[in-house]
Amino acid sequence: MNEKTGNTIKLTIDGRSCEVERGTKLMQACESLGIELPTLCYLKGVAPDGSCRMCVVEVEGGRKGGLPTACTEECAEGMVVHTRSERVVEARRFVLDLLLSNHVQTCFSCARNGSCKLQDYCLEYGVEKSSYPVGKHPHLGLADDSNPFYEFNPEKCIMCRRCARTCAELQGREVLSISQRGAQTFVSPAYDLPRGEEASRCESCGNCVSNCPTGALSSKDQKKHYRAYEVSKTRTTCPHCAVGCQFDLLVKNGRVVGVDPADGPTNGGLLCVKGKFGSYKFIHASDRLKKPLIKREGKFEEASWDEALDLVAEKLSLIKKEHGADAIAGFSCSRSPNEDNYLFQKMMRAAVGTNNVDNCARV
Amino acid sequence: MAEKRILLKRVGKMTDPASVEEYEALGGFASIKKAVQMEKEEILQQVDDAMLRGRGGAAYPAGRKWNHLYYNDTWPKFIVCNADEGEPGTFKDKVLLSKDPLAIIEGMLIAGYLFGSHEGFIYIRGEYHEIQQVFLKAIENATKAGYLGEKILGIEGFDYTITMVSGAGAYVCGENSALLNSVEGKTGRPRIKPPHLADVGLFKKPTLVNNVESFACIPVIMEMGGLAFREIGTEDGGGTKLVCLSGHVKNRGVYEVPLGTPLQEILYSEELGGGLSTGRPLGFIHFGGQSGPLGFPEKMEGMLYSYQDLWDHGLAIGSGAIVVMDDSVNVVDYLENVMGFFVHESCGKCTPCRLGTLRLRELLQRFQKGYAKAEDMQRLESMLTHITNLSACGLGQSVSVSVKSGLGNRRQVFEAMMG
Repeated sequence: MNEKTGNTIKLTIDGRSCEVERGTKLMQACESLGIELPTLCYLKGVAPDGSCRMCVVEVEGGRKGGLPTACTEECAEGMVVHTRSERVVEARRFVLDLLLSNHVQTCFSCARNGSCKLQDYCLEYGVEKSSYPVGKHPHLGLADDSNPFYEFNPEKCIMCRRCARTCAELQGREVLSISQRGAQTFVSPAYDLPRGEEASRCESCGNCVSNCPTGALSSKDQKKHYRAYEVSKTRTTCPHCAVGCQFDLLVKNGRVVGVDPADGPTNGGLLCVKGKFGSYKFIHASDRLKKPLIKREGKFEEASWDEALDLVAEKLSLIKKEHGADAIAGFSCSRSPNEDNYLFQKMMRAAVGTNNVDNCARV
Repeated sequence: MAEKRILLKRVGKMTDPASVEEYEALGGFASIKKAVQMEKEEILQQVDDAMLRGRGGAAYPAGRKWNHLYYNDTWPKFIVCNADEGEPGTFKDKVLLSKDPLAIIEGMLIAGYLFGSHEGFIYIRGEYHEIQQVFLKAIENATKAGYLGEKILGIEGFDYTITMVSGAGAYVCGENSALLNSVEGKTGRPRIKPPHLADVGLFKKPTLVNNVESFACIPVIMEMGGLAFREIGTEDGGGTKLVCLSGHVKNRGVYEVPLGTPLQEILYSEELGGGLSTGRPLGFIHFGGQSGPLGFPEKMEGMLYSYQDLWDHGLAIGSGAIVVMDDSVNVVDYLENVMGFFVHESCGKCTPCRLGTLRLRELLQRFQKGYAKAEDMQRLESMLTHITNLSACGLGQSVSVSVKSGLGNRRQVFEAMMG
C-alpha cells in the first residue's frame, strides 16, 4: 500500500469530488454524496455478494471494461466514477431484462405489488417486459406454503441470495442454502424439506421475508389483507419481550394489518417470529379482553375497573393478614413497558411487602 | 524444431511412476537438493528469469506471483496445486499427474522451501479418480523416502506435507478462489477479488496457487537455470508448452513443444499433428479450451505458437488446448455446443452468467433453426459485450470470447443462417 497518500482517498463521482477513508467501497462513497445506487442483492451489515450486478458504475479507464459493481469495488485515488452514464444504464437494463426473462409476471396478485424492487427498477429503467419472449424458465426450487406465516414462490425468485445470507449471517440459523448450479440454482432448506417442518430448523423469524426484494418470499397476511401502498406506518417498540425491537405497525383503514422491521438500535432491522408475525393480530381479535371480568357463581361477568380493583385489593389484604406478605407473588407481563414493570415491582415490595416478583420475559 | 521433452522426459520411461527410486534414477529430486543450497532470493530470481507464464490458462507470470507472496510477511503460507483440469480439449495435466507425479511434488516442495510453508494441497478433479490413487501413492512414497514430512533433507524446520483433495465435478473450481473455497470445505464458488490470493488465500492466509504444469516446470528451471529455460521458448514466455491436439487432426494427443514453434509445424509435421484426419481443409482452431478464442486459417499464416504471437493475432494459448475443426464444421453449430458447456458449468451466482449463458445459447439456437432476424444479430453483439463486462469472475468474463471471434471472422455464416 502506498504510504504517501495517507489514509484518505480523493475521487470524483458524477462530477462531484469526494474524500473517503482508504478501503471504502464505491457504494458507500456514493451514499456519502447522497447518491443511491440500485441493488437487489446488497444487504446492509453483511459482506457484499456482488451477484445481482445492478449497482454497476462506470469507472473511467477501469478494469473489467470499466463497469465494476459498486458494492465490491474499493475507491482508488483519482478515480472518476459515473453512476448513471449511458453504458451504466444499458448494463442495468440488460440485467433487469435477464431477470425478468425468468420471473413470472403476475404482479396484480402478488403480495409485493408496489413494494417490489424488481418492479420498481424495471419501471425506472423502462424495462416493461422481457425481450426474451421465448426460452427456458429454469425452475428455482419447489413452491412451499407449508410455513404458517409465509410462503415461497420460486417463480418470483431472482437468486439474489438475500434470504440465505440473512438466515446464515444475520439470524445465525443457516436453514437456507444454495442448491444446484448455473441456471438451475435455487434456494432451499436441507434435503428440500418444507419450511414449515420442524426438521428444516426454520423458526419463522421472517427476516428472509422482510429482506426479499420481490414476492418470492411473502407474508401470508400481506397477500390476503394489504399492499404496501395501502398502509400507513407507525414506528413503535415491539410489545413482546424486553429487547425493545423497533418496528413499523402497518395500518390500513384504522386496523393494524402487519409489521415491518425498522432499523432500531437493538434490532438492526431484524425481528423474531413474535415481533414479525405475532404482534398485531391480537389487537383486533374478537375475543380480546377489553373490560375486567369478575367470576361470580362460576361465571365471568363484566365489571367496572373500580369494582375489580377493589376486589383485588381486598383479597390481597386478606391473604397478607392471614398468611403474611410472602404468601403473595406477582408476575408481570413482558408486553407491559418498562415503566409499568417498575411500578409493579414497587407495588409488590412497598405496598404488599414481598420480594416475590418476576416477569415473564425472563423465563 | 519438433518435440522437446523437458517436462515429459521421464514419461513412459518408468515402470512405476510413483516410485522414488526410478524418479531419482532419472534425475529426480536433484533440483530440490540444488535449491536448498541456494539463497532464497536466488531461487526467486531464477523463476523470474525463466519468464514462466502460468500454464493453467491465464498466462500470469509465475515470477510476479511468487514475488508477491514472498514479500508478504503473514504466516503461515499455503501452497496449492490446481489439478482441476476441466477445460474441454485439455488433457495435459493428466499426463503429468499419472506418469510423473513426483515432478509435481518436487515443484511444490521447492515452493514450500522458498516460502517457508509447511502445508501443500493438491486439488485433483474428481473424474481423475484413478490418477488420484497414483498421486496418493507418490505422496506416500515421497514421505517414506523423507522428501515429505519433517526435517526434509536433514534441514531443521523444513517440514512439509502435501494433502490431496478431490474435486467434485465443477468446472468453476478450476478458478483459483473457488478452488480454495472448495478445499476449505465450502461450496466451490469464486470469491470477490481483490484481495489477491497471495494476501488472503486458503483459510485467509497468503497462498500460492499454480497449475500442475507450472509446478512441473519449477524443478526444470532449478536444474537448467532460469535464463536457459527462457531461451528454449521466447522472450515473453519461456520454456516449452504441453499442447493437447484433438478434433480433426491425425495424431491426437499431448505433445511438448518449445514456445515459439510455428503453428503450421504443430499441425502438419508428421511427428506432431500430422495434418487433418479427414483430409479436408482446415476450418478453424479453438485455442486454450472453451473459454478461448477461435482461430481461422487466413488469419494464422506464419503464426508462431507463442504467447505474444497469439495475442497479436487476437488469440491465446490458454491451457494449451488445440481443437482442430475441418471446413465441414459449421461455426455456429460449434459455438452453440460451446455455450451448452457454459450453461452447464456456470456456477449461477451472478445474473449475467447464470441467465446470460442460457439466453445466449437460445439465441444461437435461433440461428441454427433459421429463426434469427436482423435484430437478433444486434442482440447477439450486445449480449456478448454485456456478459463480458458484467460477469463477476473469469468464467463469465470469457464466455463470449469464442463467439466474438467466430462472429468477427465468420459473420457471413451467421448471416446465411438468418431467416
